[in-house]
Amino acid sequence: MDNADLGAVWLTFKLAAVVTALLLLIGTPIAWWLARTRSRLKGVIGAVVALPLVLPPTVLGFYLLVAMGPQGPVGQLTGALGLGVLPFTFPGLVIASVFYSLPFMVQPVQNAFEAIGERPLEVAATLRASPWDRFWTVAVPLARPGFLSGAMLSFAHTVGEFGVVLMIGGNIPDRTRVVSVQIYDHVEALEYAQAHWLAGGMLVFSFLVMLALYSFNPLGRRANQ
Amino acid sequence: MSEDIRACFHVSRGDFRLDVDLTLPGRGVSALFGPSGSGKTTCLRAMAGFDRAPDSLFTIGAEIWQNEAKGIFVPTHQRALGYVFQEASLFPHLSVRRNLEFGQKRMAVAERRFELDAVADLLSIATLLERMPEGLSGGERQRVAIARALLAAPRLLLMDEPLSGLDIRRKQEFLPYLERLHNELSIPVIYVSHAPDEVARLADHLVLLDNGRAVASGPLGETLARIDLPPAFADDAEVVLATTLSRHEADNLSQLEFEGGCIRIGRRPEALGSRLRCRIQASDVSLALDQPRTSSILNILPATISAISPNDMPGYVLVQLRVGAIPLLARITERSCRELRIAIGQPVWAQIKAVALLA
Repeated sequence: MDNADLGAVWLTFKLAAVVTALLLLIGTPIAWWLARTRSRLKGVIGAVVALPLVLPPTVLGFYLLVAMGPQGPVGQLTGALGLGVLPFTFPGLVIASVFYSLPFMVQPVQNAFEAIGERPLEVAATLRASPWDRFWTVAVPLARPGFLSGAMLSFAHTVGEFGVVLMIGGNIPDRTRVVSVQIYDHVEALEYAQAHWLAGGMLVFSFLVMLALYSFNPLGRRANQ
Repeated sequence: MSEDIRACFHVSRGDFRLDVDLTLPGRGVSALFGPSGSGKTTCLRAMAGFDRAPDSLFTIGAEIWQNEAKGIFVPTHQRALGYVFQEASLFPHLSVRRNLEFGQKRMAVAERRFELDAVADLLSIATLLERMPEGLSGGERQRVAIARALLAAPRLLLMDEPLSGLDIRRKQEFLPYLERLHNELSIPVIYVSHAPDEVARLADHLVLLDNGRAVASGPLGETLARIDLPPAFADDAEVVLATTLSRHEADNLSQLEFEGGCIRIGRRPEALGSRLRCRIQASDVSLALDQPRTSSILNILPATISAISPNDMPGYVLVQLRVGAIPLLARITERSCRELRIAIGQPVWAQIKAVALLA
């Protein structure tokens, strides 16, 4: 592995870590709302969140590119704020990845919140806990397996993305060139040996994440408590 | 009077309507009793503030927890109440001790009324404190749940069939703890149940709910002795006497005193002065116009007829009589009623064939 490869690995890790952290912040309130609401909007919002599961990454990447480009609404906003345009930058890649991995965070966390049911929260209310207090001291600890699954899946899914990165990030070393793109470049250049190192590494990493998810996931153990 | 609990709820859910306007005593155990679907739990949930119904009012003493006419609704977490659910619903991620502390540590120290160790002793859970809820038996969990509710220093304790998840043996183990709460703490309890024996043992005040309405509400003895109730409640007509063990007699007998007089039963192991409740079924009481002097029945009390209900089982009437101020029920045949010319106000002798002790 040369420096370019190591740079790609580091960038990929950084991207996945930032995206997972952001998804915990953004995905949790969405999951909470979806788990508890009786609003008719639940179906619509749920479907929008799940879209990246079925949409070709190029479609998502294309619209984000248009929106964040100099003529797009987001692009004009970021331009007016003096932030420049986001495509082909690391922050642009982060935003695109957040959308792309959103269902992988929201769905496990939403399921975990739903599995808790009303009862523990009602009990906490009778024990003087305010809604905010109940959320942190009862809902979040009881949904921990969901957060664990969501974080692992989001991280791994961001590491594994390719299409969205190509559309929105291009291929700029140390800024947007992640492992999957680097592998593509090696293969294009017929550098199979180097492609093997990175591809094999991805395979092992992905397997370990899935192994952890399926071996230690305590979601089932807590049921019927 | 000022400590009374006033509960006026109008809840509408699909086909079901709950319309109650209750005044409950500010001390002792008030039981909400009725068949399933009668609105007991709906009523209790409204008291806790889990569900907010329009046009409702809920006050306890001078505290107003809900008065929709004035737009007042205190959210559950600001009401000083304890709630014990059918299932113990302990927090699975916290040890027994931290479950117990959950409510306690959310209150100012000055507000706390009980010590954790004292409550743990009262409910015999002191040895379980460091365990996780997973490893506890059903009865242990429910005792922890009650202790947890008590430690939140409630003004009012709401219990939703806390025994229904327990088998008969556990229930028998558990009832004494509830009686102890009743005797040692001054917190009013509202107790939802559909089990007549629990109500007979625990309640001081009885509310009969049927199809979302309160068909009767009053002191236990008085309410059980009402003869104008729907058939669902009149089936096993009986009264409950609150008595005190006053004397052990020769021939292995014990004497129980109650406000209207005294009765004798087989010798009891309890100490003199113990409070005991006993149940007398209407079918175990017969009437005589003259004092029977040659009967094998031990408990024969002078009484006065206070009401007669002809609409009982075919061929029978239900008669309410008073021994002093205390009401009893007797189920006699229509023919006896006619031939003895039983009428309201008439003095009679009530012969009590069987007395069942509730312990």
